[in-house]
Amino acid sequence: MKQRGWFRGTMLALGLAFLYVPILSMIVFSFNNSRLVTVWDRDNSPTLRWYARLLENDQLLGAAWISIKVAAMTASGAVILGTLAGVVLTRFGPFRGRAFLSAMTTAPLVMPEIITGIAMLLLFVALEQAIGWPSGRGILTITIAHITFAMAYVTVIVQSRLAGFDDSLEEAALDLGAKPATVFFRITLPLIAPALISGWLLAFTLSWDDVVISQFVSGPGSSTLPMEIFSRVRRGVSPDINALATLMVLVVAVGVVLSTLYMRREEQRRLREERMAHNDGNP
Amino acid sequence: MAERVVDRHNEYLRIEGVSKRFGDFAAVDNVSLSIYKGEIFCLLGGSGCGKTTLLRMLAGFETPTSGRILIDGQDMAGIPPYERPVNMMFQSYALFPHMTVMQNVAFGLEQEGVDKNEIRRRVDDMLGIVKLGDFAKRKPHQLSGGQRQRVALARALVKKPKLLLLDEPLGALDKKLREHTQFELINLQEQLGVTFVVVTHDQEEAMTLASRIGVMNKGQIVQVGTPTDIYEFPNSRFVADFIGSVNMFEGKLIEDEPAYVRIGCPELETTVFVSHGISAPPDAQVTVAIRPEKIEMSRTAPASGENHVTGVVKEIAYMGDLSIYLVRLPAGRLVRVTIPNVERHDERIVWDETVHLSWHSSSPVVLIQ
Repeated sequence: MKQRGWFRGTMLALGLAFLYVPILSMIVFSFNNSRLVTVWDRDNSPTLRWYARLLENDQLLGAAWISIKVAAMTASGAVILGTLAGVVLTRFGPFRGRAFLSAMTTAPLVMPEIITGIAMLLLFVALEQAIGWPSGRGILTITIAHITFAMAYVTVIVQSRLAGFDDSLEEAALDLGAKPATVFFRITLPLIAPALISGWLLAFTLSWDDVVISQFVSGPGSSTLPMEIFSRVRRGVSPDINALATLMVLVVAVGVVLSTLYMRREEQRRLREERMAHNDGNP
Repeated sequence: MAERVVDRHNEYLRIEGVSKRFGDFAAVDNVSLSIYKGEIFCLLGGSGCGKTTLLRMLAGFETPTSGRILIDGQDMAGIPPYERPVNMMFQSYALFPHMTVMQNVAFGLEQEGVDKNEIRRRVDDMLGIVKLGDFAKRKPHQLSGGQRQRVALARALVKKPKLLLLDEPLGALDKKLREHTQFELINLQEQLGVTFVVVTHDQEEAMTLASRIGVMNKGQIVQVGTPTDIYEFPNSRFVADFIGSVNMFEGKLIEDEPAYVRIGCPELETTVFVSHGISAPPDAQVTVAIRPEKIEMSRTAPASGENHVTGVVKEIAYMGDLSIYLVRLPAGRLVRVTIPNVERHDERIVWDETVHLSWHSSSPVVLIQ
């Protein structure tokens, strides 16, 4: 038992190290005073110098703002389209072309990004020549391109959530006199809300760190944050990128911890209430 | 088993030659039925007999492949569920988990565009009737199984439907609660005067609830009748066997008179005398069915020699209120006999005793199909 405990501990430590040492080293180096990324300046570290520099860097901050806008629009668009596709695929029975639609909506999941990128670029250029829209490439074209692949993920999430819940709930609402549209907004939508939220967050993240597709369909002055970082890193990693990355990790970590705590509390509340219900319904 | 009076002049639901086919499989096969105002009609059958599909066609969730459904004289073809004067209580209850009890019950009235104060009043009334007034603010997961069942009932009844469809209404409750709820359901139905169509696989439930029972098998209605009709005069081997337990013996018609028949049963090594006539071709192969509680068992031979066999007790199951005996006849056939445990210190018949079995000549039912 003692032996196995030791073995498990080591494996756990190795596994965690494999996942998190790279990130940890990046965080540590973000406090390094040296201009050279890989050389630790023992005398003047740690310092917040690069964080201060970051706040003065309008170009990076501008790119971050563009990324946030694109990601938010992408997430919202993908959730709307993905929900529609998910509902059609799970609730409309076997209609002509269902299998085709199912395959086509999820195809972008496995499509190489570089191909999606090229295809999008060609389409936008052709469209501009044909009807004059979209004029030039920028935030709009990046958003449209991101929606096309993010939507596939949302569709899959919504579909599995819908398949998992009892469709007699929707039938009961119909039976009580609600028209199909009312049923969708008052019953289906609230019940799949958790899936919509996780779909939104996933789409946001996918858009937030996409470089390849953005590269093809962006225009002048519409560089997203990952594109900006990528182009800077090509000239050599500068310490302020470490600081930026650390901030991003911090935001994500806080988000994950908060949502975990919230979910655990909800789960405990639910269990408590269910216990209460079984004790003859008396609190 | 209280027999409730069925007003046969007041037909409310009419099913005319309704079939539902899924590919080659007929889930419901040419069913015709009339259901009258104010009755509790039970569709009884095993799983996959088509009873739920039939119910779903009444609610409008499935469309008949052929045939017509008329509710209060109106053809339901093409009428969606939300426009039918029918409400359904689902087997899973299908309570909306994100709404409180009150919101669940109010949902149907909101769809009708009923005035807010009116909704409040009717919901309060209905929750009072099902004794859930104190639970209005609870969410479904904060309720016990029995309470959920009553919410589902209240939600369906608050719209004052003329016809309520119930899919295994007591299926999810434990035995004690089930018996109690059964009677509550009957009271409620009488109080509100709603016509109930109940789907169940539980024959006991059907017997206590129903004014009439329709027994279904393989998509068809096999027999329709009051619980007494179905139990005492089953019209086929299937019904006799499905409802309660029964001893069935193959036999041949020997004497066929208008007032009585005599049937030779090789398994009984005797003839069975039945004190009423039947309509069957001469020399027909028939089945004699005798309920276990209608067989008398004693150590001494009965006075009359007719309808009498001897056997040896092979099994005894003590059930408290009654005991079940399995008696082996000389030909090897086991006969099931139930004896109520009336006396405490009776000299009960024990294993391996030789006993005389007899029955009244009106007890056997002769089945032709």
